[in-house]
Amino acid sequence: MLIDVLPEYGVYALILALALSLLQAVVPLIGAWQRRPLWMAFAQPMAWGQCLFLSLAFVALALGFLFNDFSVDYIANNSNSALPWYYRLCAVWGSHEGSMLLWSLLLSLWGLLVSVFSRSLPRDMLARVLGILGIISSGFLLFILLTSNPFTRTLPAAPAEGADLNPLLQDPGLIVHPPMLYMGYVGFSVAFAFAMAALLGGRLDAAWTRWARPWTTVAWAFLSLGIALGSWWAYYELGWGGWWFWDPVENASLMPWLVGTALMHSLAATEKRGTFKSWTVLLAICTFSLSLLGTFLVRSGVLTSVHSFASDPSRGIFILALLGLTVGGALLVFALRAPQVKSPVSFGWLSRDAFLLFNNIILLVMAITVLLGTLYPLILSSLGLGSISVGPPYFNALFVPLATVLCLFMGLGPLSRWKRMPKGELIKRCALGALVALVVGIGAPLMVGERPWHVSVALGLVLALWVAMTSLRDVVASALRHGLKGPARLSRSHYGMVLGHLGLAVSIVGITLVSNYHVERNVRLNVGQAVEVGGYRFKMTNLADVPGPNYQATRATLQVTRDGALIDLMHPEKRFYTARRQALTETALDAGLTRDLYVALGEELDNGDWALRVQVKPFVRWIWLGGVLMALGGGLAVWDKRYRRPIRRLGEKPS
Amino acid sequence: MNRRWLLFIPLAGFLVLAVMLWVGLGKDPSSRDSALIDQPMPEFSLTALDDPTVTIERADLLGHVTLVNVWGSWCPTCKDEMPQLLALRKAGVRILGVDYKDTRVDARDFLNRFGNPFELSAFDPDGTLGLDLGVYGAPESFIVDAQGVVRYHHTGYIKPDDVKDTILPEIQSWSSS
Repeated sequence: MLIDVLPEYGVYALILALALSLLQAVVPLIGAWQRRPLWMAFAQPMAWGQCLFLSLAFVALALGFLFNDFSVDYIANNSNSALPWYYRLCAVWGSHEGSMLLWSLLLSLWGLLVSVFSRSLPRDMLARVLGILGIISSGFLLFILLTSNPFTRTLPAAPAEGADLNPLLQDPGLIVHPPMLYMGYVGFSVAFAFAMAALLGGRLDAAWTRWARPWTTVAWAFLSLGIALGSWWAYYELGWGGWWFWDPVENASLMPWLVGTALMHSLAATEKRGTFKSWTVLLAICTFSLSLLGTFLVRSGVLTSVHSFASDPSRGIFILALLGLTVGGALLVFALRAPQVKSPVSFGWLSRDAFLLFNNIILLVMAITVLLGTLYPLILSSLGLGSISVGPPYFNALFVPLATVLCLFMGLGPLSRWKRMPKGELIKRCALGALVALVVGIGAPLMVGERPWHVSVALGLVLALWVAMTSLRDVVASALRHGLKGPARLSRSHYGMVLGHLGLAVSIVGITLVSNYHVERNVRLNVGQAVEVGGYRFKMTNLADVPGPNYQATRATLQVTRDGALIDLMHPEKRFYTARRQALTETALDAGLTRDLYVALGEELDNGDWALRVQVKPFVRWIWLGGVLMALGGGLAVWDKRYRRPIRRLGEKPS
Repeated sequence: MNRRWLLFIPLAGFLVLAVMLWVGLGKDPSSRDSALIDQPMPEFSLTALDDPTVTIERADLLGHVTLVNVWGSWCPTCKDEMPQLLALRKAGVRILGVDYKDTRVDARDFLNRFGNPFELSAFDPDGTLGLDLGVYGAPESFIVDAQGVVRYHHTGYIKPDDVKDTILPEIQSWSSS
């Protein structure tokens, strides 16, 4: 039957995809170099074919999971017939091999989109962009086929049952988080490919930035969403109530996001003003390099467990070689071909250009801070000083002041004009916003708060308000001047900027309030007992054993009241996953815009008492809400009319 | 004026990083000599992790050889070290855990989750003892003999092999002398 040999078809599809991507890497690049139109025209069909065969391979693996084909090692290790079908599908990217396949599939998807939507590109540019994407794709497909084949079989003695998916990953968050994150990671490859194509073609004018901008913004929006989802998932799934742990996996996604943010803004400056040409190219290279480095750090295990890695060093060495070739090669091309002459356009120190440059540098410093903190154990061990981690104390001490400066300049940027901004005008434009931010930011926690006033709360609120007020200033000013027609005249990309900046402000409010005002208590409760946390009364009314599809659970029922009024019934669970023999806490949440109630069931203590962790987390949702706003802002910016104009023009006059 | 060399700086930076990653792939974390070897353990007075009213002092260490382990719930490497510490405790080693720059709640969660190998657990939120011991981060471990003298220093995490190869022999040699 077809289904029995699906894994073999999967491998076959992978090999075909590799062959096509190798052709896509070599032929168009030579064609662009020697100006052979036919060779250049190779790029698009190869990109389509590669995407087709990778999709087939992916479907083959997904069907294997769906039909419980445990003769395939990867499926046997990460699935179980008792697992619900939707988790079986998501288990495709639940572990190393499958996530690499997803990575490659998304990369080929981006290639497909570029070849479809970039018909207005000069032919040699498109050939080079797709050629670069082909190189990256070949590297990853080689990596999959040589070291991480998801279709490897155990035959003839196939296990009858799978080892099950890691319980932590059996969650709706996993369905969407990795694809979003990877869309972001991989999406930056497009900006990278455009930058490299511009370098190779010797055309480092504003043109490449105009093409690269929407792609970068979309990738950035996906990455923002992916990070927000990851943080949300960690919050409710890990049972600790934390939303950011500074662990290497999170840092790996934060670094490309920080540099990607810098890139997005720098691209705008290069397109509009022709400034920072080399800098923008360098940022494009760095952003993608950090995405690759993130993959390396997460996948090689070089940071978290030296041991699991030592047993299988081939993967790490392969990714490192890939990283060395791509990034090293790109930086070498950059060093040889980047324009050496200083950009002819000059700007004053009070101008949008200057503020953008300044924040670019701060974002880069933040990324380097994260990089050093993440690699610290590695740096020490390579110097022979042992393996050690630095934690939140280090990151928080450096991040708060950096973010403060970032927010100050972030407010000034949108208020200023390109090139030069008279001091008096700038002060006039920001005075009201600054005043409101200061008064409300310092005053609000005094008036509303039931808790004592704290300087870090005031600082956070002032910064958030400052960013919000300044980004809205143009909208308000045009409304005052022209009535309703004013705001309608502003471009979509302007509103994209407003939404993005507002998103950050919203996140800052959430971070500030939850960090300073959250209440948590670890209590011991039995049925009938109650505890009071942050003005809420939690009474345990029931404890029951509940069977699940692939686990056994103990479920507690808590009645939550405030001033005698019933708020919610909460059901935290402690689950025991039978196949993996692993216990897991399933937290209960009562979510709200201004506060979350969070209950996690800990261990069973003597005489039927249970340890519970009860938390009240004010405004914690705002952190992720901000992330969603930022992503929407990115989407809105790409939706801007000017990006659709060239395509429409092609439609009118088919060439 | 030729300033093209400036453009090579990113490449150079990346090469340094790549070499470090390369070394990091193959290398095992090794120990570093501490200035405290053969010096008396610094005086300290910290509260116990599970009870803020109880204090733990240098005097509590005297009389037995003790493994002093500096850790924190925020430290992923410490998580990997826990099985080795639990094995050491099973082998009868007395371990003082110094919870470094942490919060009590997180630390207790961590121990509930990964097991508690510590006979004594001191809470060092400001890192004062860590500073006196000269630790760079976590985890680091010291062997203190029955007279309160630091005898051995292990930087970084204790690997499964280290338990039998270095830590246990060291502890035995200082117990018998």
